[in-house]
Amino acid sequence: MATKVVIDPVTRVEGHGKVTIHLDDNGAVTQSRLHIVEFRGFERFVKGRPYWEVPVLVQRLCGICPVSHHLAAAKATDQIVGAGTGDGLSPTAEKMRRLMHYGQIFQSHALHFFHLSSPDLLFGIDGPIATRNVIGVALEHKDLAVQGVMMRKFGQEIIKVTAGKKIHGTGAIPGGINKNLSLEERDKFLDGKDLPNVDQMIDWSQGAIDFFLDFHKKNQDMLDNFSVFPSNHLSLVRADGALDLYHGVLRAVDSEGKKIVNDVPCQEYYDHIGEGVKSWSYMKFPFILSLGQENGWYRVGPLARLNTVDFIPTPLAQKRFEEFRAYSNGKPSQICLHTHWARLIETLHAAEVMKDLLNDPDLQGAELVRTGTRQEEGIGLIEAPRGTLFHHYRADENDQITMCNLIVSTTNNNEPMNRAVNNVAVSQMTGQKEITEPMMNAVEVAIRAYDPCLSCATHAVGRMPLEVSLVDSDGAVIAEART
Amino acid sequence: MAKIVTFSIDGQKCMAEEGQYLVDAAETNGVYIPTLCNMTGVPPQGSCRVCSVKINGKLTTACTTKVSEGMEVINESEEIQDLRKAIIELLFAEGNHFCPSCEQSGNCELQALAYRFQVLVPRFPYLFPERDIEASNPKLFKDHNRSILCKRCIRAITDERGRRLFAFGKRGDRIGISIDTKLAANISDELADRAAEVCPVGAIIRKGRGFAVPIGQRRYDGQPIGADVEQAK
Repeated sequence: MATKVVIDPVTRVEGHGKVTIHLDDNGAVTQSRLHIVEFRGFERFVKGRPYWEVPVLVQRLCGICPVSHHLAAAKATDQIVGAGTGDGLSPTAEKMRRLMHYGQIFQSHALHFFHLSSPDLLFGIDGPIATRNVIGVALEHKDLAVQGVMMRKFGQEIIKVTAGKKIHGTGAIPGGINKNLSLEERDKFLDGKDLPNVDQMIDWSQGAIDFFLDFHKKNQDMLDNFSVFPSNHLSLVRADGALDLYHGVLRAVDSEGKKIVNDVPCQEYYDHIGEGVKSWSYMKFPFILSLGQENGWYRVGPLARLNTVDFIPTPLAQKRFEEFRAYSNGKPSQICLHTHWARLIETLHAAEVMKDLLNDPDLQGAELVRTGTRQEEGIGLIEAPRGTLFHHYRADENDQITMCNLIVSTTNNNEPMNRAVNNVAVSQMTGQKEITEPMMNAVEVAIRAYDPCLSCATHAVGRMPLEVSLVDSDGAVIAEART
Repeated sequence: MAKIVTFSIDGQKCMAEEGQYLVDAAETNGVYIPTLCNMTGVPPQGSCRVCSVKINGKLTTACTTKVSEGMEVINESEEIQDLRKAIIELLFAEGNHFCPSCEQSGNCELQALAYRFQVLVPRFPYLFPERDIEASNPKLFKDHNRSILCKRCIRAITDERGRRLFAFGKRGDRIGISIDTKLAANISDELADRAAEVCPVGAIIRKGRGFAVPIGQRRYDGQPIGADVEQAK
């Protein structure tokens, strides 16, 4: 009898998603999809609003990485007020924004690894569901759990002093920033009195990579062969090829590492990226135009970034990057679960960048905003924790937004996540008489590796609220079961 | 010298100059009576009713009532506090007040009152009205979604010849503030700043300057509305 497996909601990801897997009479997977069941409509209701309101308005897309939306929109509105792209801001404004962004990367990556993904690693994909969650981690691996909480706190406190508050701040404004960093605010992150200092963050980041590598050594076969498939990879890179999460040019490489989008300016993104639509999902399917929708899909995020860049411009993370790159013989890595490895290397990089910025006297500068000749259009790209984020606006002569196009990080990973779901479904469920909870968790593990932010934050702890339906070929439900 | 009169607020003995409006007299005695449409230097009109008090057993507006000898004022009773809260809730339900993206957040008197009165969800259904935006003025952006029809801009903003720049337009539930486009076309920066300042909400804002004051330094970040009056006691 044909079976339809439904995972709704997908847990330990940001937002609401659902997976459906159809099996035929012989137990072969005939169709598997990740559905995004929410509709947000930001591109429409931002129209008519004044352009300076946009960085604060659109960040409400998300409660986990609002800073990314805040900054991408601010970068776009920089152009509208004539402050240009990249180097058009004052050093104080650009470095304050960078500090905000790397604080955000740091906290988001820590959240994902320690709170969302570590349960699968520590307890196993098929581990007992009663402990395979963040509470289980806290009870059985207290040191690791505390580090995760404190790393997240450090990043959140960085966001607070740069954006004004930890979630949904107002720091970045068109043409700059609305505050600098006082010495008192700075010292909190250096002296270690109120919270572990930035050097401790670097040490813990190193420790997290060591933890992953140790786990990898013991579970090499599982990690290296879980949901592996070739793909293109896309990210921003600095003009010299370095990892830069705040600003750069757009680069994509194919599965062999050949450049297929060759360092083009962000302002030309629409000459290179298209957005496909499918009837069963509210999430679009971006692709590289020159390759078409069938072959032009790509991955973004930590794994993609470490596949596109030439080097990491901080010494400790560069050393780790060399190990990472060597493991795939200098070629792009296609190993899904090595995304965690890449994410932790970026976490270390973010800690190093924050240390450099905190010691930079430019952050105490007084020039906060620069403006120039008013422009009609602005395009802001940034590397959000989950990947490349595109914001594109036009404002009329009355300062009202007339057009908005957003390509959100997770949207870029839509096709790869669907392929990952299918890949795991085929390998885990084909021919099985019974669909077990660990099989379905394996599907979720593949999705989680991409750290998808399906919209605003939602979490489930403990038992997976999973529903399995048996349906006949006419679609009638014959039996239902909840785990 | 003006005659001093003695009166009471919630049983507390107060003194003020005869002829002073009750909200001002209360303030000089360290008692906060919430207001929205009222503004120092502009004749009161008592339209918002947020300053409602009971005087000698009768409900009235404190911004339009002058103190007199022996007046007994009830300011803090459960009934009056709930009435004021209901008025604030009505204002939220009647307009489109989206604090999360409003640049006046933290400086907004309506929002500050909502915090003070602990408004969580209005008891009245939201109307979600269709309201217009007037963005053609080079210096001012008028968002009628946020207007509470307090008329502060109408009463306080005039040009050098005393002509009003703002007026009510339309009628009934469609009534709204309109800008005299000719008079406002060449408005000075100072007058444009003043127009934005007199607006208690974010209905009239200066163009191109949003969110310039960081969180933590906004008007009501440090203490709730009215706390300055109460602390001066």
